Amino acid sequence: MAADASAPAAANRTAAPTDASVWRDRVLRVVVPLVILVLFVGVWDWYVRAYGIKPYILPGPFLVAETLVKDWGTLSGALLVTIRITVTALLLALVGGTLLAILLVQSKIVELALFPYAVVLQVTPIVAIAPLILIYVPDTQAAVLLCAFIVTFFPILSNTTQGLKSVDHNLLNLFELYGASRWQTLVFLKIPAAQPYFFAGLKIGGGLALIAAVVAEFAAGSAGAGSGLAFRILESQYRLNIPRLFAGLILLSATGVVIFWLTSLASHLALRRWHESALARET
Amino acid sequence: MSSSSSAAAPHSPVVRLEGVTKSFANGTLALDRLTLDVAPGEFLSLLGPSGCGKSTALRIIAGLSHPTSGRVDWPSAGEGAGAHARSIGFVFQEPTLMPWATVFNNVWLPLRLKGRSKASVRDAVMDALERVGLAAFADAYPRELSGGMKMRVSLARALVTRPKLLLMDEPFAALDEITRFKLNNDILKLQAELGWTVVFVTHSVFESVYLSSRIVVMAARPGRVFDEIAVPVPRPRNESFRTSPDYVALCREASDALTRAMQAAGREVA
Ligand SMILES: Nc1ncnc2c1ncn2[C@@H]1O[C@H](COP(=O)(O)OP(=O)(O)O)[C@@H](O)[C@H]1O
Ligand SMILES: [Mg+2]
Repeated sequence: MAADASAPAAANRTAAPTDASVWRDRVLRVVVPLVILVLFVGVWDWYVRAYGIKPYILPGPFLVAETLVKDWGTLSGALLVTIRITVTALLLALVGGTLLAILLVQSKIVELALFPYAVVLQVTPIVAIAPLILIYVPDTQAAVLLCAFIVTFFPILSNTTQGLKSVDHNLLNLFELYGASRWQTLVFLKIPAAQPYFFAGLKIGGGLALIAAVVAEFAAGSAGAGSGLAFRILESQYRLNIPRLFAGLILLSATGVVIFWLTSLASHLALRRWHESALARET
Repeated sequence: MSSSSSAAAPHSPVVRLEGVTKSFANGTLALDRLTLDVAPGEFLSLLGPSGCGKSTALRIIAGLSHPTSGRVDWPSAGEGAGAHARSIGFVFQEPTLMPWATVFNNVWLPLRLKGRSKASVRDAVMDALERVGLAAFADAYPRELSGGMKMRVSLARALVTRPKLLLMDEPFAALDEITRFKLNNDILKLQAELGWTVVFVTHSVFESVYLSSRIVVMAARPGRVFDEIAVPVPRPRNESFRTSPDYVALCREASDALTRAMQAAGREVA
């Protein structure tokens, strides 16, 4: 076969940049943020010690770390609750947003009927709707989940809808020429073309899900039954347990970073072979 | 001219446009009573200035657009054959590849849409890729290919269904001259091998003379047939044809016709 004769040329074509430069890049990616972190903690610790700041105003970094370990039992339970709500909201929004987006692009009538209400739901601040939801939905956890879902749903819906519509017209012509069915056009053309948009929505949605879970729990706070991280943070504030408040805050940030990292990774893995956003610029 | 009643006669055209008129909603008269027979095995070029309705005519033949009035007949296709049964290949001005799919999967597409599995078409797809010299790049993604290579993939995709009629809309207009010459030769070679009937849209006089057995010169506003030039030079043609006196004379003839077509359009506007 002719393929064999020219196979080496094909292999050459994908030659990677040198290992050394890749490693340098990776090490820098880790080392630079770490140096900044160490500096930050150092200055923080020095400031608290040098000026004798009281722990209920600003606890030192080591006291916060100590609290994190000491209160791990309470905090980890709360962390799990928050993560569960965030992830469930994100998954529900992924399924719901994607399905509704597909429905919207299949029928103009459905789009005209539903899209304006999705927008209304989105532009009304969730803090303002939360009290109502807490009244109507008796179970606090379910109410918080619903709030997080509403906030997460929209970016995924609108991005995916946009993506499903942004198909190269020539490719649409080609599919028509070859007699593709609606279903084939959806599966082989529209859904793959929508991927970059979908993943942009996923990244936004992931961050918003956590924020909404926390905001909704703040709103529910006095309702009592909450036991997520946001509730623990409020509770620490009432009891002036500031080291624990900081510990909770750090866990929340860490969760947000991990969600961002995971959604970015998913996006990278899905798009790396073909989409400009995932390609390293070769120089 | 053979009557259209003898549907399967050996010399009945592959497709016949009869008084095809196309006006768009904005009032543009893109085609005005276009009548055109495409004979089996011929290489027909539509040559004309931009805006004279070449693309519109091609899209109407492909069934992607419908005439406002007039008829498109397929005398040799049999009664009631659907657009897809007519076995048309279409090559657009852009390669129009799916960026998320490998070269192999892009070429597989037309067969995949007919429900053929990857395993069952492997040989057909690899054969198509070999014909355009890209068998080694089956697993590459479009972004890894040059403009000329992408166009070859597009060609492979058009030929994998073994179409009787190949429609090409300025396929090489965006390529550099060296690449274009190469692809011109490839097209001639493939036509000889596969027995295509080709309708080729171009605004290049040289390209149309080099490739065609017949050139239809079109004028704009409204789009219509202005002149017709036969290119009775036998095949195979190669680089020596490009430098022959015949070629130069035919280019002059086509160029003159094109100039007159453009003046005709200009007068009507003025
Ligand atoms: N979808 C459309 N709507 C309105 N006018 C169009 C459309 N497509 C083409 N036209 C007009 O029809 C004329 C012929 O267009 P086209 O067939 O693309 O010409 P060519 O391919 O020869 O450059 C042009 O004046 C163009 O502006
Ligand atoms: Mg055109």
